[in-house]
Amino acid sequence: MILAIDTSAGTSVALVAGGEVLASRDTADTMRHAEIVGPFIDEILTEAGIPAAEVTHVAAGMGPGPFTGLRVGIAAADAFAFGAGAVLLPMYSHGAIALEYLEDDRENNLIVTTDARRKEEFVSFYNGLDEAGCPILGHGPALQKPGEFCAMDSGAVHATEVHAAWLGVLAHRMLAAGHSFLPAEAVYLRSPDVTLSNGPKRVGQPRSEQTSGGQK
Amino acid sequence: MTINSEAPLVLGIETSCDETGIGIVRGRELLANVIASSMDEHARYGGVVPEVAARAHLEALRPALTEAIATAGIELSDLDAVAVTSGPGLAGALMVGVGAAKALALSLDKPLYAVNHLVGHVGADVLGEDGPLEYPTIALLVSGGHTSLLLVRDLTSDVELLGETIDDAAGEAFDKVARILGLPYPGGPQIDRAAESGNPKAIRFPRGLTLPKDMDKHRYDFSFSGLKTAVARWVEVRRDAGEEIPISDVAASFREAVVDVLTAKAIAACTDFGIPRLLLGGGVIANARLREVAQQRADAAGIELRIPAFSLCTDNGAMIAALASELIMEGAEPSSLSFGADSTLPVTDIHVH
Ligand SMILES: [Zn+2]
Repeated sequence: MILAIDTSAGTSVALVAGGEVLASRDTADTMRHAEIVGPFIDEILTEAGIPAAEVTHVAAGMGPGPFTGLRVGIAAADAFAFGAGAVLLPMYSHGAIALEYLEDDRENNLIVTTDARRKEEFVSFYNGLDEAGCPILGHGPALQKPGEFCAMDSGAVHATEVHAAWLGVLAHRMLAAGHSFLPAEAVYLRSPDVTLSNGPKRVGQPRSEQTSGGQK
Repeated sequence: MTINSEAPLVLGIETSCDETGIGIVRGRELLANVIASSMDEHARYGGVVPEVAARAHLEALRPALTEAIATAGIELSDLDAVAVTSGPGLAGALMVGVGAAKALALSLDKPLYAVNHLVGHVGADVLGEDGPLEYPTIALLVSGGHTSLLLVRDLTSDVELLGETIDDAAGEAFDKVARILGLPYPGGPQIDRAAESGNPKAIRFPRGLTLPKDMDKHRYDFSFSGLKTAVARWVEVRRDAGEEIPISDVAASFREAVVDVLTAKAIAACTDFGIPRLLLGGGVIANARLREVAQQRADAAGIELRIPAFSLCTDNGAMIAALASELIMEGAEPSSLSFGADSTLPVTDIHVH
């Protein structure tokens, strides 16, 4: 029983068993991850009639995605796995998008982009699906200016939502195929914003300027 | 869901600033208090960087949970409830704890209690060895993130904000003045050390919001920005003149100004409201001079002074668990699952639904 959680765009959760989606909830709202994630998990467990203790794996969308929201889903996935004694499966969020678009078009190449804010986007290149039905990551995820790079023979999708249902299905296939998962680290692709200080600012005028100003 | 309301076993998660705190209490008994701090990562910036703090919370969460459970010697399934700080604090940092707490509670099928960080500082006292606090009490909470004076009529139902800083928190002022003096971050312990050999009366730095004209509007409020500027100007003038800066005297005089205002306003609140009890909390309580002057002035005014153990004064998860435990013992309903992180949560919202 896989619980999948992704907050790299909106908030999305799903329960997947045997490769089938039992229940899912999605919102494209990018402002209320911390509020929504709890009710969503509660709702799908109730809808599927699955006690939390039956969850054996928690698939976590590790990004890339805007930091603040992204972390909510990862924290939730990690804590749920801890509480339920389940295995955490860290995955690229773009993998869920790639699977959604390549499922019926397995041979095709696909460029996945998502909003990285500040006039940039996250990008991943996928080379169709493998025999297990998992997207083959060719390159990425990386940060780029919109349209900076595109391959001629590829389809492209700019996604505004990441569906945990696809993340859960992908996790199921990866587990079955024995594919490896990511390290349990958020995929930020950007350093934290910090304004480095150049030492304390002056608060008064230097004495030399004061005297040269002729104040007596 | 039945809950043990005699002595509930509660796990508290605190991520409002730069400490990831996981605490476990049984009723008023402290079982574990694990604190992972990202302070070292902020050192080169001279202050807490919100994004750095939030990233550190995410990484510290699982190890801290694991350690707390082991220290308490309990099974996760033994827990009666999960508690979390929903505010006030840094929004991005709070959200990590809120997301984790909701999922942990759901994974265990246990109720969740979202509580107020500042009131949590007051709640820490119940875990001490001096027996439960009597109410009403005045509480002075001083840290790098907040400087607040509270009137606590009842821990779980009636807390009033008397005053708070209108600019920098006291802990921030320590950090900034340490930088001015070329001392490393965090500034509190550095200033304290430098001040040891200094003369606190060497320089008369201003006491913010203590003049009669300010006292009407800001009787219990604090301001440390003017003080910091005064120190900067004093140092600058001497540096420009090529003079040696008497770091010990500046540190001691600055510290005295901070301690003087903090304790004077706290004692005044006790006197004004006729409440002979004062509780201290927050990381700046580590400052030896603050504790010393608070004790002297409390003694002189016939006020009982309470200072929880230092590990319960800094931001920690045990105080969050303790406050939730008090709520549960009084029969409070759990929070819904839809509350959010509220960076400006008022102290009147003790328990968030
Ligand atoms: Zn605090």
